[in-house]
Amino acid sequence: MSARRRLSLGERLVIAAPYLWIGAFFLAPMLLIAKISVSQSVLARPPYRPIFEPSDSLAAIWAKAQTFSFDAYRALMSDTLYLESYLSSLTIAAVSTLIALIIAYPFALAMARAPERLRPMLIGLAAAPFWTSFLIRVYAWIALLKDDGLINNALMALGLISAPLQMFATTGAVVVGIVYSYLPFMLLPLYAALERQDPSLREAAADLGASPAQVFLRVTLPLSREGVIAGALLVFIPAVGEFVIPDLLGGSETLMIGRTLWNDFFSNHDWPAASAAAIALVAVLMIPLLLWERARLADEDDAR
Amino acid sequence: MSAPLLSIKGVSKKFGAVVALEEVSLDVGAGEFFALLGPSGCGKTTLMRCIAGFESPDAGTISLSVVDLSGVPPYRRPVNMMFQSYALFPHLNVFENIAFGLRRQGGTRDAIDARVGELLAMTQLSAFGHRRIDELSGGQKQRVALARALAPRPKMLLLDEPLAALDRKLREETQFQLKEIQRLTQTSFVIVTHDQDEALALADRIAVMRAGRVEQVAGPMEIYDRPATRFVAGFVGETNFIEGRLDRNGAAALVAEFGRIPCEPGDLPDGARATLSVRPERIGVAREGEGIAGFVENFVFRGETTLLRVRVARDIVLRAAACHGERHAIGDSVRLNFPPGAGTLLAEET
Repeated sequence: MSARRRLSLGERLVIAAPYLWIGAFFLAPMLLIAKISVSQSVLARPPYRPIFEPSDSLAAIWAKAQTFSFDAYRALMSDTLYLESYLSSLTIAAVSTLIALIIAYPFALAMARAPERLRPMLIGLAAAPFWTSFLIRVYAWIALLKDDGLINNALMALGLISAPLQMFATTGAVVVGIVYSYLPFMLLPLYAALERQDPSLREAAADLGASPAQVFLRVTLPLSREGVIAGALLVFIPAVGEFVIPDLLGGSETLMIGRTLWNDFFSNHDWPAASAAAIALVAVLMIPLLLWERARLADEDDAR
Repeated sequence: MSAPLLSIKGVSKKFGAVVALEEVSLDVGAGEFFALLGPSGCGKTTLMRCIAGFESPDAGTISLSVVDLSGVPPYRRPVNMMFQSYALFPHLNVFENIAFGLRRQGGTRDAIDARVGELLAMTQLSAFGHRRIDELSGGQKQRVALARALAPRPKMLLLDEPLAALDRKLREETQFQLKEIQRLTQTSFVIVTHDQDEALALADRIAVMRAGRVEQVAGPMEIYDRPATRFVAGFVGETNFIEGRLDRNGAAALVAEFGRIPCEPGDLPDGARATLSVRPERIGVAREGEGIAGFVENFVFRGETTLLRVRVARDIVLRAAACHGERHAIGDSVRLNFPPGAGTLLAEET
């Protein structure tokens, strides 16, 4: 390897670009929300104090900063609505992730084992839902699930049920919506992991006496671990904070943090409380990511 | 002779319109080191995959210890395979790779540990049990693959180009190791190779294959000295093909354009067109005296011998190996001698 050399200005700019992007459009808004979360709720526009002005002197900034408080976070801890929303969100996301994994795995396996010339088409089909608006696809589920929707009508026509099933506006409908919407995010990393596997590994396992089930459990599944983890994170993380699906398909009893946040922002105008909840959500979601990163680093250490 | 361990009878296999195997019949004895030799695309790998159970023949039977294997899945066959790519499990360490087959068979933890330890020692990998596969060199991977395939004590070990991925020096060393391990384990080895030197060096018997058919099955010496067909003669070792007509009057000889060469006529009729295959080292080279006259057109020093290209007729050049120490120059006139039995007479191929 060559000795470390100084990077040219052009190279620095190229490397800096994504960091600047993240800084401007992700980190800065996050800081704003963090600041609001330690402000006081007031009846005004915007509904929080203090507000920093460009004309503020240093002393004024210091005086305003003195009014920061963690009341919103304390309220978060004591308000069971938030706690329940978090738990319910995590549960719904976890169940949805598990179901998506169970559905996507055989799919991905079939795609990876399909004749090579068919694979690009199968990937295209897996990504096909993205060609239609996400919102429209979720609305379509209303038409399917509601009391006089397609599914109930079909079941009634077949005489399997006499009264419509309550499917729409339930937590179950939210799970269905999440699994449906996020399935491609599970499918594609799984496919990528399975497609990479050398088929001779499966033959070697069979040759050494492993039945097809054992080949799957001992070789195919462990070797697809990275794909499973990547897919699970890609489904779980956005699902926890999902707002549109519970809002459209969920019932009044379906608690999800995204909705609770929305209510606090737009109905209660309690911006500090909602901001604190958002910051807490980010912290909660960092945990699985950090665990994964740690496992990955430990793996790499093993390799040395 | 007792019943062979492996018996292949009339096996044919097609992939679409491509004939991979055509009416192949072979026997492999217990404890034998057998080689399937042929150029790429000759069907040797397909035959091996049929024995392992990864392909099923369209016709014919393969039986092991007199048990017909058709319909028996690979995981129930007492045959293990060492893959050309080694196909080691990257998520398991060396120890667990070797233990894989043993764990499928069941058996106590102690028995498995002992057996793996035995194989690690046999393949000089004792210090590497806990290594990950991607931390091994090519030669070490090759030994893990061998140990893994041998661990469940298969009745037969199939080796698909086991030395192809190794560099030249390591290959020779590994040949001796393979032979030694085969002798120690008393297991039948069936090796697939396109490398004639490897087949000659390792095998007790060799089947030379071409285009889905077996051309000859014999020991290495016989394959080399008495090739059954022109293809075998040309594929295994270097040779001269001398075309002519058989003359059975008196001492049988092949009458070629440049002279009479004594030969064993076999059952070919008098006057038949035939080809004589003569290895370069079987041709005697002298400066004068009896023999067929020619002149040295070119030569290549090979260490032990010097390979001469000797023009004996306007468009016939023979290759002859001169012993070490004899010096020849381009343009030298020489005499070529063909001792009786030097070549193998091959009938005209139809």
